[in-house]
Amino acid sequence: MSRKQITGIGPAPRTGVDDSGCPILHVDMDAFYASVELLDRPELRGRPVIVGSPAGRGVVLSATYEARAHGVHSAMPMSRARRLCPQATVIPPSHGKYSEVSKGVMEIFYAITPLVEPIASDEAFLDVGGARRRLGPPAAIAAMIREQVLDRYGITCSVGVAASKFVAKLASKQCKPDGLLVVPADEVVTFLHPLPVSALWGVGERTEQALVRLGIRTVGDLARVPSSTLQRELGQAAGGHLAALAWGRDERPVTAHVPDKSIGNEETFAADVDDPEVIKRELLRLSERVAARMRKGGHVGRTVSVKLRRADFTTISRSRTLREPTDVAQVIYATACELFAAAGLERVRLRLVGVRMESLRPAGEAVRQLSLGERETGWREAEQAMDKAIRRFGPDAVLPASLVRGKLDEIET
Amino acid sequence: MMFRIERDVLAEAVAWTARSLPARPSVPVLAGMRLEVTDEQQLKLSGFDYEVSAEVTLEVHTGEPGVVLVSGKLLAEITRSLPAQPVDFVVDGAKAVVTCGSARFTLLTMPVEDYPSLPAMPPAAGRVGSDVFASAVGQVAVAAGRDDTLPMLTGVRMEIEGDTVTLAATDRYRLAVRELKWQPGQPDFAAIAMIPGKTLADTAKALGATGAEVEIALSSAGGTGEGMIGFSSAGRRTTTRLLDPEFPKYRSLLPTEFSARADLSTGPFVEAVKRVALVAERNTPVRLAFRSGEVVLEAGSGDEAQAVEALPVDYEGEEMNIAFNHQFLLEGLGAIDSDVARLQMTTATKPAILTGGKPVDDAAAADYRYLIMPIRLSG
Repeated sequence: MSRKQITGIGPAPRTGVDDSGCPILHVDMDAFYASVELLDRPELRGRPVIVGSPAGRGVVLSATYEARAHGVHSAMPMSRARRLCPQATVIPPSHGKYSEVSKGVMEIFYAITPLVEPIASDEAFLDVGGARRRLGPPAAIAAMIREQVLDRYGITCSVGVAASKFVAKLASKQCKPDGLLVVPADEVVTFLHPLPVSALWGVGERTEQALVRLGIRTVGDLARVPSSTLQRELGQAAGGHLAALAWGRDERPVTAHVPDKSIGNEETFAADVDDPEVIKRELLRLSERVAARMRKGGHVGRTVSVKLRRADFTTISRSRTLREPTDVAQVIYATACELFAAAGLERVRLRLVGVRMESLRPAGEAVRQLSLGERETGWREAEQAMDKAIRRFGPDAVLPASLVRGKLDEIET
Repeated sequence: MMFRIERDVLAEAVAWTARSLPARPSVPVLAGMRLEVTDEQQLKLSGFDYEVSAEVTLEVHTGEPGVVLVSGKLLAEITRSLPAQPVDFVVDGAKAVVTCGSARFTLLTMPVEDYPSLPAMPPAAGRVGSDVFASAVGQVAVAAGRDDTLPMLTGVRMEIEGDTVTLAATDRYRLAVRELKWQPGQPDFAAIAMIPGKTLADTAKALGATGAEVEIALSSAGGTGEGMIGFSSAGRRTTTRLLDPEFPKYRSLLPTEFSARADLSTGPFVEAVKRVALVAERNTPVRLAFRSGEVVLEAGSGDEAQAVEALPVDYEGEEMNIAFNHQFLLEGLGAIDSDVARLQMTTATKPAILTGGKPVDDAAAADYRYLIMPIRLSG
């Protein structure tokens, strides 16, 4: 991607404006995975490129702006993306590369301030209020970050500078790609009010529909509706939250360390599946993976949630909170199976299943109520032994027997 | 149909019968209470929800035979608030009129012909003092599970072998066992029944108030009237349907040997557990560190509020750190019915047994055992 300062998307970057009340930066890498891939494939610069698994039914991880111009966006099914933009070059993802660049970029942030809140591998909030004397005003720091990222990694990013996290995030989106936008504290309302309501955090499809029914289309419309009306229509918390956002009020601070709130894995089947045995086997595999990640991260969780997407893309989630926190795959799997059975989707064709553990806490605090006649060593110990074997002999060293067959098939084919 | 009766007698009988009426009846007629005056000048009040039936028989002064069905809840509320004077109950067509002093109520009657007939009482099997029975059931029912998705664990198991009745209940985390003596109708009577725990506890408590003996009606294995148990005392009878008799083989789970023993004064121990538990969330442990002469109770974690308290203890054994769910511990301490609580332990992950008093000195106290599984702390 070439280093363009001004694009047709959003207003032109505004620098040299009053950034005195704007200590919050939102840095967002532009088409991150695609940009990283282009470092190795310079001949594809300026052309539509899609990163995503070409085989089976994966989703778009990232696409260059040339591909986005055709309507491609991330999280879209690959098949649809290729229909929209058949001329695009498809690059299968190569994970190690991205996390290496991501780590380096985060290091640039940490050299500026310890108040870095990573949201994803390619996105973070920074509070640079304390770096002013050392490094200059926020807009100058933002420009410096953009320069350093480009110098060291050859990729571009966009930075929003504002008084609050949510306005900073909107600003970076407005100036993408390769842009910088400062929203001065006293111009927040002017900046926000023309935007569509869907731009606000917490406004998804459902909320947007509810708002449109009320005749609310822009943030300005929203701001003029009494907070009590919003609370009646959308619920106490969501309504109050949106009323505050519409006036640019967002008190959430940049928190340096955000522990994992949940750990989950999901799988899109190569072809839709309606065989409950196959689905349960997939739930087992996902439960094993989630539990292994939790043990590795030193977490235990109390809430098991299962995501089931039908062939027509309608998705349901079901969750259950356990009596006490766990990191044991067998417990997660048993609960996941109960949730699946209770969802009434047996014999319904599913496209995707996911397993997620929520309400995580450090494993050190985990206590376990022993039950009568229970063996001293149980699944937890067995799974810890599996972890050890896997650390030594690789990811598939030990598997539940019902998952071995699938592996053998993979090896044979 | 009509009858006249003292207000107190009627109010108590109606209240007792109304206990078994369903809160949300599956068919409207089950919300009714059946009142019948027999040719023998007896008034029978009954309620039934297909699981549990209750019937009281009373003598009435003047009565005309007949039968009627009225809203049980409403009748209970009315009789409770009537003045202390004789009550006249008269059925007039589709209405029932209750008169007491200057108060007069007119109730709609319900179609009595649609009301299910109450199950017959199984054959009488033996008798036990109602107060002994009520306290024994109370001691065991605390350990019964409350999770209806595991019906097997919501029951109290009753095993009868000759003159010994053993009651047991477990929710997997604790197990309460109580033995008591009774007078069987036949000396070699033997039976096993799983009784819904909540129903049994309510029934035993209600019959315990009569002070008379309770007759237990239950067929021996393979006999008629299986799947049902009945209790009767002083003109009151109740039946309940039994649960599937499946139950963990609990006797082998009760440890008989221990490496440590702690005797504490029950009252101060309960007070201390309640105090430190103020900082413990539901299902989180109270930690007990036993040393010679002293036990230190702790709850809460480093991130939250913490509490600590020390108590004197008569302790024999190696130093022991063990943790329990505080609710389980308190319920056990509340059930032992003794001034001295004896906790016998093996290791921090093995079942501990709570008994009342000093079993060696007092044979009766060992009739009750409350097993409690510890909470394993990580690290």
